[in-house]
Amino acid sequence: MKTDLTDTTASKINKALVKGRRAIGTPAVGMVLTLVIVTDEENAYDALKAASDASREHPSRTLVVIKRVSRSPRDRTQSRLDAEVRVGADAGTGETVVLRLYGEVVDHAQSVVLPLLLPDAPVVVWWPVNAPLDPANDPLGALAQRRVTDTYACEQPVKELAARADAYTPGDTDLSWTRITPWRSMLAAALDQVACEVQGVEVEGEEFNPSCELLAMWLADRLDVPVKRAHSGGPGLTAVRMDTDCGPIVLDRADGSLATLSIQGQPKRAVALKRRDTAELIAEELRRLDPDDTYASALRYGVERLKSPDGSGPPAKGEREAVPAPVESAAKAPADRATAQAPVKKAAAK
Amino acid sequence: MSSSNPLRDPADRRLPRIAGPSGLVIFGVTGDLSRKKLMPAVYDLANRGLLPPGFSLVGFARREWANEDFAQEVHDAVKEHARTPFREEVWQQLIQGMRFVQGTFDDDESFERLRGTIEELDKAQGTGGNFAFYLSVPPRSFPVVIQQLKKHGLADQTDGSWRRAVIEKPFGHDLKSAEELNAIVHEVFAPDQVFRIDHYLGKETVQNILALRFANTMFEPIWNRSFVDHVQITMAEDIGIGGRAGYYDGIGAARDVIQNHLLQLLALTAMEEPASFDADALAAEKTKVLGAVRLPKDLGRDTVRGQYAAGWQGGAKAVGYLEEEGIDPSSKTDTYAAIRLGIDNRRWAGVPFYLRTGKRLGRRVTEIAVVFQRAPHSPFDTTATEELGSNAIVIRVQPDEGVTVRFGSKVPGTSMEIRDVSMDFAYGESFTESSPEAYERLILDVLLGDSNLFPRTEEVELSWKILDPIEEYWDTNGRPAQYPAGTWGPVEADEMLERDGRSWRRP
Repeated sequence: MKTDLTDTTASKINKALVKGRRAIGTPAVGMVLTLVIVTDEENAYDALKAASDASREHPSRTLVVIKRVSRSPRDRTQSRLDAEVRVGADAGTGETVVLRLYGEVVDHAQSVVLPLLLPDAPVVVWWPVNAPLDPANDPLGALAQRRVTDTYACEQPVKELAARADAYTPGDTDLSWTRITPWRSMLAAALDQVACEVQGVEVEGEEFNPSCELLAMWLADRLDVPVKRAHSGGPGLTAVRMDTDCGPIVLDRADGSLATLSIQGQPKRAVALKRRDTAELIAEELRRLDPDDTYASALRYGVERLKSPDGSGPPAKGEREAVPAPVESAAKAPADRATAQAPVKKAAAK
Repeated sequence: MSSSNPLRDPADRRLPRIAGPSGLVIFGVTGDLSRKKLMPAVYDLANRGLLPPGFSLVGFARREWANEDFAQEVHDAVKEHARTPFREEVWQQLIQGMRFVQGTFDDDESFERLRGTIEELDKAQGTGGNFAFYLSVPPRSFPVVIQQLKKHGLADQTDGSWRRAVIEKPFGHDLKSAEELNAIVHEVFAPDQVFRIDHYLGKETVQNILALRFANTMFEPIWNRSFVDHVQITMAEDIGIGGRAGYYDGIGAARDVIQNHLLQLLALTAMEEPASFDADALAAEKTKVLGAVRLPKDLGRDTVRGQYAAGWQGGAKAVGYLEEEGIDPSSKTDTYAAIRLGIDNRRWAGVPFYLRTGKRLGRRVTEIAVVFQRAPHSPFDTTATEELGSNAIVIRVQPDEGVTVRFGSKVPGTSMEIRDVSMDFAYGESFTESSPEAYERLILDVLLGDSNLFPRTEEVELSWKILDPIEEYWDTNGRPAQYPAGTWGPVEADEMLERDGRSWRRP
C-alpha cells in the first residue's frame, strides 16, 4: 500500500504509517532497526532496492532521505517536504518512507527523521554516495549507532580512506570493508592450514578500488610485514600473494567469481569467491551493530604506509620506524593503539 | 594451529567459523535423509563460505555409480532442496572434491577402495586425513560398518588428524541395546569423536531456549515451582508411518520421539544454568536434570498410548495404523504416547511435565508450553475473569518458530471483562530468512569438533532408564487406545490430564 503526501510533516507521516498498517491488518510488526538512507535522486532507486532485499533478513523501517537540488534563489528560500509511505508488499518486509526535501529543510533533515525513528531500536545511516567527511558529527549521522559509508563510490577513494581514518568514530564502517570479508575469511582459513610465518604480502587489484587498500592495510596490521599494493585490470581484487618461510600462498581470482588457492606443498584448490551485490553487503552490515574494532585498526594503519605498485619504497618508510607503537601489542589491544597513536600524530603536526 | 594464526582475532566478528581441512563420508548416500537434508546442507554451508577450500564429499552405497553420476545426484538434490540459491562457482568448488565408492557394507574390497579414495583426496584436495563418517544407515548395519572402518584402518587418527563418527537415532531400543551400541562404537571411536545427531538440537528455536532463559532477566525468576503450574511438551505429526512400516512397527512413538527429542527438550527447559556454554558444562546440567526425572507411581494412570484408527486427516481419508501395509493387524505398537514425569529437585518438585507425541494428529507442530499458576487473588468478579485462562509462555519449535506469551487483558468496552491475548515473537518476522537448517549447523559442528549440540552417551542411557519401565509396563498391560486420524489423540489422554484438573493445550 502506497500513500503520497505532499508538503507534509513528520507527524502526518507517522499517522499515514499507522493507518497503512491498520489497513493491511498487521498492527504490530517485528522490525529490528531503522535504516536511514541519505542519497540523491539519482542513486535513490538502486539504494532502496538493495535495502528492501536486505530487509528480508533484517525487517526494518527504511527512511530514504532525498535532498533535492534547488536551482534558483527563490527555490532556496521555500521549504517543502514530500513523502511517499509504503507498507505491506510494496516495502519488502518492513515499512518504507521516501522523503523528498526541498529548500531550507535540506539542511535540517534530522528534524524530519528523528520523529520517524522506531522506538528503542537501533538506527543505521547509510550514504550510498557523497558521505560527509565526518559521519559521526553529521546531524543525521549523530542519530545513528552505525554509520555506513562507501568509499568505492568516491572520486578519490584512497584520499577518502585517509579522511575516514582521521574522522573514525566507533560505529563507522564502510562497504569497501564489507566487500572483503570473504577474502579475509579465506586468507585466514589458508593460514589455519599451515604453520608458517608470513614475510611479505602483495595485494593486487584494480586501481581506484579502496577494498584493495583496506585488505592490504588489514594484512599489514595483523601480520606486521611489509605489504605491497599492485594494480591490475580487475574486476575488483584479483590476487593476494603471501610469501612465507615455507613457500608462497596465493589466492588468485581472475574472473570475479571462482578463485584458486595455492599453498606450497598442497594441491591447488578452487574456492568460490564471488563479488557480492549491494543488498548482500548491506545485509552483512546490519548483522552486527557494535563497533568494528578490526576495521578501525586496519583503517588506522594508514594508506600511506603501503608500498606503491612501482616498487619504490613508501614515502613513509622512514616514518614507519619512527612510529613508536609496536604493532604486535597493537594487535592485541586495538583501542590502546588508537590512543597511543593519536598523540604521535599531533606531535608530528606541531 | 589456528590460535597462532595472526589473521584470527576474536574481536573480528565478521570472520565466520570455517571448518579446517576435512571431508565427509556418507554411508547410505542414496537414502532420503541424505538427499533431502545432508547434501543440501553441505551445499548451503559451502555457499555461506563455511567449508574449507578442498572440502571433500564421499558417497558410499551399493548403487553402480561413477563419480559423475554421484555428482549429478547431488546436483539434483541441491537444486531441489537447498535453502540458498544455486551458484555455479560454489558448485564448481564442491564438485572437485566429490567421490563415489560403490560397495556393500560386508565387502572388504570396497572399504579398501574407500581408503584409497580418502588417501587420494588427501593428496588431491589437501583434506589432511580429517574425515567424518556419517552413518545414515539402518541400525542393524551400525555394527558391521563400524567394524569395517576399524578393520581397514579408517578410524585410525594419525598425527594431528581426526576421524569422527556421526550416528543418527535410534540409539538402541532400550537401555541394554543402547549400551551394546555404545560399546561397539566406542571400541572403535573415542567417545569425544562420536557425534549423535538429534536434529532438534540443531534448530535455532531449541538453542533459543537457552538464550531466552539465561540471557534475560524477566523469565528465570518465575521459571520454578512457585510460579509454574505445569509444562507441556508436544511433538505432533500429521503424517502416518508412510513407507517406514519395517522400522516403525515394534519401535513406536515413545521410543522414536520421546526418548530423544522430547527428553532433550525437557532437559533444556528444566535444567539449571550451566557454568558456561561449553559442551562439558552443558552436558553436566542436562545429565543432572535427566537423572532427577521421576516416573509416576501408577504407570497405568499417568501414561497413555494410542494407535491411530481410520479417519479424515486435513480433508483426506487416512487408513488406521493396523490397516497400514506391512503392519501386523494385532500389533501393539504405539503411534501416540503421552506420559507425565516429575523432576525431583528444589526448582521443580511437584510440577508435572506432560510429554506427548503422535502421528496422524491434527497438524504438524512441536512446542513447549510453560503454563503458570492462576493469580492467587483476583480483585475482579468471576464474570469478569470467566474467559481468562492461565498465563503461559509457549516456545514454538516448529513450524512458525517463535515465542508466544499469553496473558489476560481488558476487552475494550464499558464493562470490565478480561480475556486471554497473546504477544507474539516470530522468528520469521525479526530474523527473516537467516535461520540455517538444523543439519547445516550440526554438520559444521562435527567438522569443527564442537559437541555442544550433541547428546552424550550418559544422556542417551539416562533417557532409556526413564523410558524402559514405561515400555515394560505397556508390554504387559492392555492394548493401545484407538484414536481417529486427524484428531488430537485418544480420549484417555484427555482424561489423564482431567484427573489432575488440567487440560491439553490445542497447539
